[in-house]
Amino acid sequence: MYTYIPNTPDDERQMLEAIGVSSIDELFKDIPENVKLNRELNLHPSMSELEVSRYLTKLAQKNKSINQMTCFLGAGAYDHYIPSIIGHITSKSEFYTSYTPYQPEVSQGTLRYIFEYQTLICNLTGMDVSNASLYDGGTAIAEAAFMAADITRRKQIIISKTVNPQYREILKTYAHLQNLEIVEVDEEGGVTNLEELREKLSDKTAAVIVQNPNFFGIIEDLKAIEEVTHSIKKTLLIASMNPISLGLLKKPSTLGVDIVVGEGQPLGVSLQFGGPYLGYIATKKEFMRKMPGRIVGETVDLDGNRGYVLTLQAREQHIRREKATSNICSNQGLNTLAAVVYLVSLGKKGLREVAIQSAQKAHYAFKQITKSGKYKPLFDKPFFMEFAVTSDLAPDKVSKALLDEDILGGYALEKDYPQYKNGILYAVTEKRTKEEIDKLSSVLEGII
Amino acid sequence: MKVLKDLYYTKDHEWVKVDGDEGYIGLTDYAQDQLGDIVYVELPEVDDEFEKDEVVSAVESVKAASDVYMPVSGKILEVNEALLDEPALLNEDPYKNWIVKFEFADKSQLDELMTSEEYEKYLEEEV
Amino acid sequence: MRKYNKLVFELSRPGRKAYKLPKLDVEEVKLGEIIPSEYLSDEELDLPEVSEVDIIRHYTNLANLNYGVDTGFYPLGSCTMKYNPKINEDMAGLDGFKNIHPLQPEETVQGALRLMYELDQALCEISGMDKMTLQPAAGAHGELTGLALIKAYHENRGDTKRTKIIVPDSAHGTNPASAKVAGFDIIEIKSTEEGLVDVESLKAALNDEVAGLMLTNPNTLGLFEREIVEIAELVHEAGGLLYYDGANANAILGKVRPGDMGFDVVHFNLHKTFSTPHGGGGPGSGPVGVKKILMDYLPTPTVEKDGDRYYLNYDIPHSVGRMKDFYGHFGILVRAYTYILTMGKDGLNRISDMAVLNANYLASKLKAHYNLAKDTIYKHEFVMAGLIKSDLSEVTTLDVAKRLLDYGYHPPTIYFPLIVHEALMTEPTESESKETLDEFADILIKIAEEAKNQPELLKEAPHNTPVKRLDETTAARKPVLKYEG
Repeated sequence: MYTYIPNTPDDERQMLEAIGVSSIDELFKDIPENVKLNRELNLHPSMSELEVSRYLTKLAQKNKSINQMTCFLGAGAYDHYIPSIIGHITSKSEFYTSYTPYQPEVSQGTLRYIFEYQTLICNLTGMDVSNASLYDGGTAIAEAAFMAADITRRKQIIISKTVNPQYREILKTYAHLQNLEIVEVDEEGGVTNLEELREKLSDKTAAVIVQNPNFFGIIEDLKAIEEVTHSIKKTLLIASMNPISLGLLKKPSTLGVDIVVGEGQPLGVSLQFGGPYLGYIATKKEFMRKMPGRIVGETVDLDGNRGYVLTLQAREQHIRREKATSNICSNQGLNTLAAVVYLVSLGKKGLREVAIQSAQKAHYAFKQITKSGKYKPLFDKPFFMEFAVTSDLAPDKVSKALLDEDILGGYALEKDYPQYKNGILYAVTEKRTKEEIDKLSSVLEGII
Repeated sequence: MKVLKDLYYTKDHEWVKVDGDEGYIGLTDYAQDQLGDIVYVELPEVDDEFEKDEVVSAVESVKAASDVYMPVSGKILEVNEALLDEPALLNEDPYKNWIVKFEFADKSQLDELMTSEEYEKYLEEEV
Repeated sequence: MRKYNKLVFELSRPGRKAYKLPKLDVEEVKLGEIIPSEYLSDEELDLPEVSEVDIIRHYTNLANLNYGVDTGFYPLGSCTMKYNPKINEDMAGLDGFKNIHPLQPEETVQGALRLMYELDQALCEISGMDKMTLQPAAGAHGELTGLALIKAYHENRGDTKRTKIIVPDSAHGTNPASAKVAGFDIIEIKSTEEGLVDVESLKAALNDEVAGLMLTNPNTLGLFEREIVEIAELVHEAGGLLYYDGANANAILGKVRPGDMGFDVVHFNLHKTFSTPHGGGGPGSGPVGVKKILMDYLPTPTVEKDGDRYYLNYDIPHSVGRMKDFYGHFGILVRAYTYILTMGKDGLNRISDMAVLNANYLASKLKAHYNLAKDTIYKHEFVMAGLIKSDLSEVTTLDVAKRLLDYGYHPPTIYFPLIVHEALMTEPTESESKETLDEFADILIKIAEEAKNQPELLKEAPHNTPVKRLDETTAARKPVLKYEG
């Protein structure tokens, strides 16, 4: 017997009898003999909970967690403080063992928190509409690019090289499928080269994509980028933004951004080796029907009570099939819930405090690390909570020396930006202490 | 199902009303009935040109969506913006509430469409 | 409490808070000195102010408005709503899995890489494929990835006129939608009377413009495509590839493998077949497996082994590129691997035995009262075409589904597949006992009686749920998509 399979041999016998067959094998007789497996799978036999747990705990212990090291690594995934209540709420099984709210009468819990999520993301970005369906920051950019191509009926996407290199790679992979042309604009001194953007932009351009703060942590001049982008009629501006930075920076809506996307992991989602995270998206009302994925709307029930449903469904794959706006049919439900609980826990004051503390600590770290001159700033532009420095030391060597002191160092830029050979990108969140930062800078100082 | 005289019809349940070199396109009573409560109408842009059988508009209900095909080739002169705020107009009176007004590219294409008698017969056979 | 009807915004009161950060311990500089003031917002954030108690109670109340597998029977067809074992959650929560950064040096994540490598191997053995990518985030994302591989394969051979994908009319809507997103045109082929792929229609559709065929087997009617070997041969002879949609893989574990049936590329839904939580709609995970001929096109990175060392391999000659951030939904992979270890080769086989037994048993109990779309042996699910004699009343499948809610059950998938009128697509899974199925069948039979005698009871159902039937028409006509206060 198996703990997750309740039927006993006696149940089995009675059920076979009711069906009118003599054995379970008879239920599989429609599978042609010549393709049947007819052998056992070459896997381990079933295990008890104790055995499984022992084995996997051993594997987990082969990893070094960020609780065993001090994390100064970011580059798209961040070690922010996660309030304790998030885990308690997301582990309520009425949330995690339910599915897409197809039957709204028994799914008001899910529908409500998604509606709250849509509201929170709109309030944070200043945009009109949002939804909870995108997988992560990278695919969110690709989906936004498809959306822009659909809206403008144009085939060219311009993207700045200051956008996360992984995101650009995903965009290229997706774009190839629909024959979209991807044009990259170089960076200059760590920010998007505006002159080059102006030159490359034309009435063939569906959208310009930038990241803010960008991959180097630098705050781009979004207003200037917007002016250049919108000098061409119809061309859309897509900005990928770290949601924590919105605690501090101007709302993208006030800067003329058309589609805001980003990685929602900093909003209370554990690092868990890269996923699952969540992609967020927000846009103007006029593009509402072009958004990929599920949308929740408010309505009333037969008694006139307020309730929530999946709406605008005729855009979706289960009705439109090949004419759907997207093939996405999931939402990032549970991670959306984590983000909601995060945003309401921190609330009006807290998100701003997280953003300010991260910025203050990052600037303190920057000052300490660059003080002696051994590590030089790679750029001289204003940054949020990540910054790049360079030195005569190979990044591998630096990383190793830090690891020996239980410090998880920064991201080596060379792989993606060969021109910044010894450049390392450090991230400092509100979780770091002065003591940890001082230790980082002193260990760095000591590397020969 | 209501079928008006003097209009031209397609197998996809669109109607065409002729007014000189210009025409109007809408959905038939049968089409709106099949869709149920219409919740959204997607409209083209003025000056867009469409070939015969190209998708010119889309009509959505809660659980279904239907493309509207251009019955004949032409250029869009006007779109019925009232439908954006009140898509239910198509349910209320599908013949009064046209979707687009257009200029014929080739009026002889009308010969390929059905007359009201032919369309009534088509409905009988299909339903 | 079942009538709880609040949004978190309505709990907000100025000055309340639910967080406390340590005091800033580095020297504070004026914000304007580090970030130019023109970049800084001068508005207050538009977020609620609530206490921790408010939050816990609010979301506990919202949870009470929900129905999950842990609440009761959830026979949603093609969704495989099986039990989500709790040990899976515990394993995913281990510090060494939950709290590792994706860009850590490889030597500090050997356990994670090994888990991914072993899961890759296990899924290959279960599917009969040669290599997996664990990157795809969901089933639909797996489809997109698989189609990207098919596209790259043909392109690399210079066979660029293959722009079409064949999809049966019984397919899930994501199949044609994914094919379209992948830049293909879709050819839909009809099913036979029996509900299987019509081989003659397939033959007629095959030519040198066809890139591949997408197939779910067993299909959405719960029927095994018996002609699969001939279908595979036909597609291959015409130069196309075969895509296996693993949505219904719960029926075939240890019985038959997509790779042996002739499929070239496969995706699994770990949240269906391998028991990871559906999470209110996600996050799921949709690993894709391929035969050798497609290995050189896989997205980077894959996980490889060199002696005792596990590493991320970015060196794949014709890789399509990258489908998502980092390496996939690792947290979900941990849960799925926990399940595979727990069930083992014997347990996986037993899952399919019981999933299929349960489906056929339930079908046999209901066939006198509901129209079985096909009276035959099913695999893991079956489809009913509404009530028998439904022509006597106005009662529809929607009404039956809503009435089920009153009796405390989640209804089956309704109005799908599209080729069955008034469809009720029912997948009990192996998690359910005979008693649960008996009780459910009794209730459905009772509802069939009610449909005859008290149809208004069904038309107005549900009566006992937190809200009654909702006005979806108004929701779509005048969309309210955020709280305006």
